Amino acid sequence: MDTVFAPATGALSWMWLLIALPLAGATVLLLLGRRADRWGHLLGTATVGAAFVLGLVFFLQLSGLPDDARSATLDLFTFVESGSLNISAGLLFDPLSAVFVLLITGVGFLIHVYAIGYMSHDEGRRRFFAFFNLFVAAMLLLVLGDNYVMMFVGWEGVGVASYLLISFWFNRPSAATAGKKAFLANRVGDAGFLIAIFLMFASFGSTDFQTVFNGTAANNLASGTVLAIGLFLLLGACGKSGQFPLQTWLPDAMEGPTPVSALIHAATMVTAGVYLIARSHPIFSANETAQLVVVSIGALTLLIGCVIGCAKDDIKRVLAYSTVSQIGYMFLAVGLGGAAYALGIIHLLAHGFFKAGLFLGAGSVMHGMNDQVDIRRFGGLWKYMKSTWFTFLLGYLAIIGLPPLSGFFTKDPIILAAFNREGWQGWVFGGAALLGAGLTAFYMTRLFILTFHGPKRWTDDIEHPHESPAIMTIPLWILAVGSVAAGGLMSTSVVNWLTPVFGHTEHHEEKMSHWTATGLTMALVVLGVVIAFLLFRRGTALAEQPARTHIVRAARQNLYADRFNELVLELPGRLLTRALVWVDNRGVDGVVNGLAAAVGGGSARLRRSQTGFVRSYALSILSGAVVVVAALLVVTFG
Amino acid sequence: MTTMVSADTLDISFPEVDYLALAPLLIVFGAACVGILLEAFLPRTRRYSAQLVLSVVGLVAALVTIVMNVGEDRPAFAMSDGSRVDAIVIDGPGLFLMGAIVAMGVIAVLLIAERRVSAGGAFVAHAAVAADSKADAAQARHPGATEVFPLTMFAIGGMMLFCVAGDLLTMFIALEAFSLPLYLLCGLARRRRLLSQEAAMKYFLLGAFASAFFIYGVALLYGYAGSVQLVDINAAIAASGNSQVLLLSGLAMLAVGLLFKAAAVPFHVWTPDVYTGAPTPVTALMAACTKVAAIGGLLRVFNVAFGNSGNPGGPSLAWDWRPILIAIAIATMVIGAILAVTQTDIKRLLAYSSIANAGYLLVGVIALGQALGATLFYLVAYGFTVLAAFAVVTLVRDSQGEATHLSRWAGLAKRSPRFAVIFTLLMLAFAGIPLTSGFAAKFAVFSSALEAGQTSLVIVGVLSSVILAFPYLKVVVLLWLSQPVEDAPAVSMPGFMTGTAVTVGVVFTVLLGLAPQVLLNIVDGAGQFLAK
Amino acid sequence: MGTTYLASYSTLGFLLVLGVLVSIAAFAANRLLRTQAPSPAKQTTYECGLDPVGDGWAQMQIRYYVYAFLYALFAVESVFLFPWAVVYDRPGFGVTAAAEMGVFVAVLALGLAYAWRKGVLRWL
Repeated sequence: MDTVFAPATGALSWMWLLIALPLAGATVLLLLGRRADRWGHLLGTATVGAAFVLGLVFFLQLSGLPDDARSATLDLFTFVESGSLNISAGLLFDPLSAVFVLLITGVGFLIHVYAIGYMSHDEGRRRFFAFFNLFVAAMLLLVLGDNYVMMFVGWEGVGVASYLLISFWFNRPSAATAGKKAFLANRVGDAGFLIAIFLMFASFGSTDFQTVFNGTAANNLASGTVLAIGLFLLLGACGKSGQFPLQTWLPDAMEGPTPVSALIHAATMVTAGVYLIARSHPIFSANETAQLVVVSIGALTLLIGCVIGCAKDDIKRVLAYSTVSQIGYMFLAVGLGGAAYALGIIHLLAHGFFKAGLFLGAGSVMHGMNDQVDIRRFGGLWKYMKSTWFTFLLGYLAIIGLPPLSGFFTKDPIILAAFNREGWQGWVFGGAALLGAGLTAFYMTRLFILTFHGPKRWTDDIEHPHESPAIMTIPLWILAVGSVAAGGLMSTSVVNWLTPVFGHTEHHEEKMSHWTATGLTMALVVLGVVIAFLLFRRGTALAEQPARTHIVRAARQNLYADRFNELVLELPGRLLTRALVWVDNRGVDGVVNGLAAAVGGGSARLRRSQTGFVRSYALSILSGAVVVVAALLVVTFG
Repeated sequence: MTTMVSADTLDISFPEVDYLALAPLLIVFGAACVGILLEAFLPRTRRYSAQLVLSVVGLVAALVTIVMNVGEDRPAFAMSDGSRVDAIVIDGPGLFLMGAIVAMGVIAVLLIAERRVSAGGAFVAHAAVAADSKADAAQARHPGATEVFPLTMFAIGGMMLFCVAGDLLTMFIALEAFSLPLYLLCGLARRRRLLSQEAAMKYFLLGAFASAFFIYGVALLYGYAGSVQLVDINAAIAASGNSQVLLLSGLAMLAVGLLFKAAAVPFHVWTPDVYTGAPTPVTALMAACTKVAAIGGLLRVFNVAFGNSGNPGGPSLAWDWRPILIAIAIATMVIGAILAVTQTDIKRLLAYSSIANAGYLLVGVIALGQALGATLFYLVAYGFTVLAAFAVVTLVRDSQGEATHLSRWAGLAKRSPRFAVIFTLLMLAFAGIPLTSGFAAKFAVFSSALEAGQTSLVIVGVLSSVILAFPYLKVVVLLWLSQPVEDAPAVSMPGFMTGTAVTVGVVFTVLLGLAPQVLLNIVDGAGQFLAK
Repeated sequence: MGTTYLASYSTLGFLLVLGVLVSIAAFAANRLLRTQAPSPAKQTTYECGLDPVGDGWAQMQIRYYVYAFLYALFAVESVFLFPWAVVYDRPGFGVTAAAEMGVFVAVLALGLAYAWRKGVLRWL
């Protein structure tokens, strides 16, 4: 199938406004400074709201186009043109982008509204809205770019904006470390993405989607090249979406800052990796091995997320690991390919709703409980915060996949699709997805019961927990309605809507019927809920219990992911740095240390040490010269 | 210098001189000479303003004549019998390099002239007075030497000549012409005299050492080719029956001299100490303009003499020197990036970043003609950003002068958010974040290197730039997240001149990031070095 | 890159390793074989058999350096003047050549003028 994008017509030729509006908002807010303090949050919310309305208009126009021409590209200007390198700043609005635009602007708008209330006492509110607008603009650029370089520009923009958001609103001491970790993991991913872009450029001479996809489809590339491109893209996606082995930054980034920033990451930023893989589906479809790696990483990550989620006592941490796990499901889906691409996107949308609801609910609980985050210190809250309790209940039921809430319509098909993969892989990945569903039910039930039911285990300073103000609960209700209804409404319509992007579904021979899979899943989910209910209905001990098994110990340590990273990534780097610094200090560079002493000790000492050091500098130059000369001569005459 | 002696007849003819082609050089050197006269005969109080006006006007006039020369593609001297005298070659890349040096030179002169940030400016009158002696304490109370202006002009003129020199002897003279003033300028810092003198001494000794390599290489190459002109050496590689030992050793020695100025590993050892010790405006001049000159020289020598750029399909020595240069480029990128991570002084950090950037530029040199445009672009993008960065460094001061230790920068964003935003932007540009000039430049160089088949270099480049992003971000974190220290340094309000330098640097950083095409068109239009 | 091409670099590596080993061996042998009888006399700087006087870091009057410098300036100038004088009267040279040499000498004179105004030529 040749990929051809049609040029934009009518209202769609104004699609640059989608990015320009929030960008203008950010610019105005940053440039005006304090003068905008009084109305800045309103402007920031308005630009995103307007972008959402525009997105709807474009969406309607796009749906009016015939199936085979349902895409619109817009060339803005030539970004780089040098030799055979030609990169235009072009936008692409097709069904896939449309879905993401609506998600980003829609959820983004709601979070803006919520943040007006949540941040009302924060003196940095204007800056927060400026960075938030910047974030939305970058995210929109990411999903609207019509080539990989534009996408990368948005990608890095999202990274910078999120770094700013994480950094500015940290209220815990662990803050700086988490920010750094987020940045490092993202840089590793970004390097992968960049290398993939260069590989595309080397193989296709271009980085725009059309050329790359058609080039891959033409099948005249070595499969190793396609595999390399796919794997490096995957590395990029893993960095941004918190997938194995780069998953550790995501929970840290969500734990520290306010629920608002946490939510930004949960509902929007982490979806970038899923978007990248879905967008690059022709590349992954062309190479089985690349697909297999995506599926394996998805399955592995979803299990890791579940297992760690069971062992955590911090309400936001549990939700953070549940995000890691749910994105694992999405990776699993987009890795399976074929019909499952659309399933991954639907799950992403549904997850956007219920995870947003859960995070805001958690924020609301913390708001009422003096910023307590330890679920061992909650209990019995349902009486005091009815709205929060009920909306949280709906989100919880949606995430464990109870019919007919949204999780049921989006997660079950993924499990089924995993089982229907050919051969042993079907059993392995299907089994993993199934097990994940059971574990999800267990840890979410634990979270829910310990927070809202059972005996009160509050700290002494809390007498009357209070419900949050309306500006915070209204978004909760909207999101709760979404969690309930979205799955059923979307499951067929979105699949049809995305058909022009992913192609028509080919029907495989099904190994397992729809009903068997659903039955199995429900059985495991109910089992998980019941076990959790029996274990935690009477509350839990306030202090941490000694870990009796290795699994519990490992899970509490985030499955040793940090230690693994330290060992595999940090340690060699640190040793190398230390070695180099040592050489630098001893042989070449001692003067820095020497100077500190010498400035105090007077010039006499320095005069002597100085000649010594210049001598060793000269030695370095001389040996370099010897090697260069020797290399040239020996190689030619040796 | 321009007369050639042919052995048998001793028939010497006088070349036609193209004065328009020489005008940029003549103006800058002329302004420097007039500057010395002003220094000698003008009363002390009026020297400063006269020197400043003379320097800026001279540089702007030179820029105008460079623009007037655009489109020219020939040597500045023509013999009546048609034989080639390549002492100075005016071609597209040469004009671009000269233009870049002059444009950045104007900014550097403004930084050097700044006297409002610290009383009397960043310089003292006498470099050689023993540090911390009575005389030294006395000269600290007086305004600094105005000789810095002619010295800077000589340095800038030498750098310009270095980029358009078509034979190795002219190149050597240019090398010395810009090195000697820089040695002296390094020793003139008003604060921390000892460090400054030490930097000057080290730079001088090691620079002389490297120059010796250079001139020895020239001698060997003359022995091989019978000429010091780059085009003749290129022709001799295809035709000469002389020993390859002469050629290869000569090439290696020459490369060592050039790589020293470019600060490539393992010839980089001087860089951190000299960048730290020199007065910050001079460091800015070295990081921006000297980098352009050194890389410009490398580009011309390796393209014209050893890369056979005039006849890309023909025989060339590239197969022999490429592996060596690749190894050096990789070492430079990796070691520069890694050592930058542990630095605790902002000037030292920028020095190691300058080393790593030399590595990225070497990638462009190795890729030869295809990457020439991208390399030129990188030079300009990096130059303006680094000028702005050092300009900002001059503004962060406490009672001891500039507070360059990073611990002193903690939490500065709380006190001067505008400064912090600017510095954050510059750091992001260094880290190569998209929509800044740093990204466009790295992308252009890496993609053209890829086109030239240097895949491994590009991968190392991308990976090392990931490492290198870390120290920059460390500074950003420090600015915004850390608690300010007690008696934290203040950020001075920039005077007009430093303000201009910062503004121009920031504007270029953003503009080249948003619309790199404008400059890319120019570098593409510059074409290739004149080879035949 | 073929294997033979890379193999030629292994020769280089071998050579470098060998060079380092040989020098290490030489120093190690020296250390093992020599007798050790340190005495203060052995630590002194060798100055043609005379006992060294004073510190190695002697200071000298900087003015000598300036004079030497100015002298070298004019010595080099005359080196350039001689060949010029030989071709001065050839066809095509004449006035232009005279002017150019005038510029050359003027530049040097400039340096002298500067030194004079700065008082370098006065001996205090």
